[in-house]
Amino acid sequence: MIKKTLSQDKSIKEFVLNNLVPIMFIVICAICIPVSGYSAPALVQEMLTRIARNSFLVISLLVPIMAGMGMNFGMTLGAMAGQIGLIFITEWGVVGIPALVLAAIVSTPISILLGWMCGKILNNAKGREMVTSYIISFFMNGVYQFIVLYCMGSVIPIKNSAILLPRGYGIRNSVNLINIRRVLDNLIPLRIGTVNVPVATYLVIALLCFFIIWFRKTKIGQDMRAVSQDMEVARRSGIKVEHTRLLSVIISTVLAGYGMIIYLSNMGSMNTYNAHSQIGTFSIAALLVGGASVAKASIGNVFLGVILFHMLFYVSPQAGKNLFGQAQLGEYFRVFVSYGVITIALVLYEMKKRRAAKLGGLTLAKAQEEK
Amino acid sequence: MNKMQRFIKEFGWPRLIIAAFLLSLFVIAPFAGVNIGTSLTDTIMRFSMNGVMVLAMVPMIHSGCGLNFGLPLGIIAGLLGGTLAMQFGFTGKLSFLMAIVLCTPFALLFGWAYGKLLNRVKGGEMMIATYVGFASVSFMCMMWLLLPYSNPQMVWGYGGSGLRTTISTEGYYYHVLSDFLNIKIGHLSIPTGSLLFFALLAFLMWAFLHTKKGTAMTAVGSNPIYARASGIKIDSIRTLSVIMSTWLGAVGILVYEQAFGFIQLYNGPFYMALPAVSAILIGGASVNKASITNVIVGTFLFQGIVTMTPSVMNSIIHTDMSEVIRIIVSNGMILYALTRKTEETR
Repeated sequence: MIKKTLSQDKSIKEFVLNNLVPIMFIVICAICIPVSGYSAPALVQEMLTRIARNSFLVISLLVPIMAGMGMNFGMTLGAMAGQIGLIFITEWGVVGIPALVLAAIVSTPISILLGWMCGKILNNAKGREMVTSYIISFFMNGVYQFIVLYCMGSVIPIKNSAILLPRGYGIRNSVNLINIRRVLDNLIPLRIGTVNVPVATYLVIALLCFFIIWFRKTKIGQDMRAVSQDMEVARRSGIKVEHTRLLSVIISTVLAGYGMIIYLSNMGSMNTYNAHSQIGTFSIAALLVGGASVAKASIGNVFLGVILFHMLFYVSPQAGKNLFGQAQLGEYFRVFVSYGVITIALVLYEMKKRRAAKLGGLTLAKAQEEK
Repeated sequence: MNKMQRFIKEFGWPRLIIAAFLLSLFVIAPFAGVNIGTSLTDTIMRFSMNGVMVLAMVPMIHSGCGLNFGLPLGIIAGLLGGTLAMQFGFTGKLSFLMAIVLCTPFALLFGWAYGKLLNRVKGGEMMIATYVGFASVSFMCMMWLLLPYSNPQMVWGYGGSGLRTTISTEGYYYHVLSDFLNIKIGHLSIPTGSLLFFALLAFLMWAFLHTKKGTAMTAVGSNPIYARASGIKIDSIRTLSVIMSTWLGAVGILVYEQAFGFIQLYNGPFYMALPAVSAILIGGASVNKASITNVIVGTFLFQGIVTMTPSVMNSIIHTDMSEVIRIIVSNGMILYALTRKTEETR
């Protein structure tokens, strides 16, 4: 596709416009990397770790996009379910890979319940799914706090004093996940030079990618594509539109729960009340940086996005320190960039949508005139 | 009975529950050993602090731009005005006036650009507004560090550059409105100045909505096709509404700061849109309909809950669950408004 566009002089502009966000990011990274002064092996190591840590979460966003529901900010709900799973395995004192699997098993029914609820609400807010799912994530954050901070230990039996607050109920602000720290990453050890490669995590991610590719070809996957094209047409051809949309949100929520477990097991500790709140924003920003739009995203977008976005995240504080003498500035810069990117991507998408609608109207009018 | 049912339907269940909840808090309060006078004072004080920012929601709802999640942009204009007034050395009452004067060009400029942007993304305003707000707040985080402010009360003591995260307004516009004509009866104290200021702006807004331009704005929001047919320039009316909303946000934060006593920079304005949005919704507004009454009722109910829950809850069950209740109530209200099918016009 790239060759074809480059061969035509006029299309270069279009290519740039269509890939504005990734191009901007490549330029910013190209400036920041030499300024930060990190060595190549350090960068490669950091990137390998971060891809392993974040890809699963970002991939979980793909299914609702397929169904035309835009960026699912409700993935935060899945992250909460994953965290509840992790609290329980810490309470039960399970260790290693079985602990990870158990956490995933515990999180699944919670994710399904939350995803079902989120999907039901989103079916009542067609056309503004994104802002609604964004508010749902805030709303459920309140419910999550209520359960974890007040019910755990008082209503839900939790006895482990290492994770309980001294007052006897509620979970501590920070939970140490030493029992599952990097178990998946170190399952199949591989060392190239000074760089550690978390092979097993990559295998899991590859498995998920194959699942997504396969899922696209199934009946449900095709239905989702049809629903995203035109809900009414899909309904007339016998697809249960609401059901399909609901299913896409549930799948996304469950995957986000697993993604969060992988993410936190890599981090090695859990910030009980804040870990999930940023995950949605950063995952969505990463996907958009990879050149995805609200209506179309591929697995390629995921990996390009994670690499570019986290490259900037890693190098910018150091670059800010070297350039201005303030690491804080770099930190603000990366936050600004992640929000700015989402803004630009959303604006470009809406503009394109309107232009397409206008063009559609014009062709229709022309066709009618010719009649 | 029928009348009752209609009233409930019009008022909406969530609002009724919230009003009943607040009423029960006021009833329980004396038994829990909470002074009614102090809590009423707090509620009224918070009402006067937040009223203008809630009022800022009205124009954009009227013109069909939806809930202004981009309020932080207006807040930033206000922060610029406030800090500049202090930097230029205005003190006392004059500093408040100058802050409003200085924030106005920023608010007009930001609002104009923001309005132009929103005109290009009709239908997706709310999500984009949210991110415009976030992006501008995080951009200003860098600017607060870099801009050449030099007033020693405002910049970091050790570096000599970069603004502090919180700046005291003591000696500048601290309580200029709250202490103006303040009425004190026992424990109860009423910040008459702030209330009057809010009333003035609310009246101006009400009057504006009844002028020709104001009616046009309502027409654009409720029926754009009809509005275009009757010769109204939709885009310029929408831009005007966004500028008004942004300016009110800027003034709103100044009113907030004079009562609160501190200017909060950096990450301070990030989530300030949400309380304002949910307050107007609690007051009975929907995504495309809002009145001044909604603003007053909503701000009172919302701020009442925010002030009463911690004090009453604390003295009854000795745990502070107010934060959780606040999150659930405010976001639940926004969710309710976003999912109501009957209100959908688009």
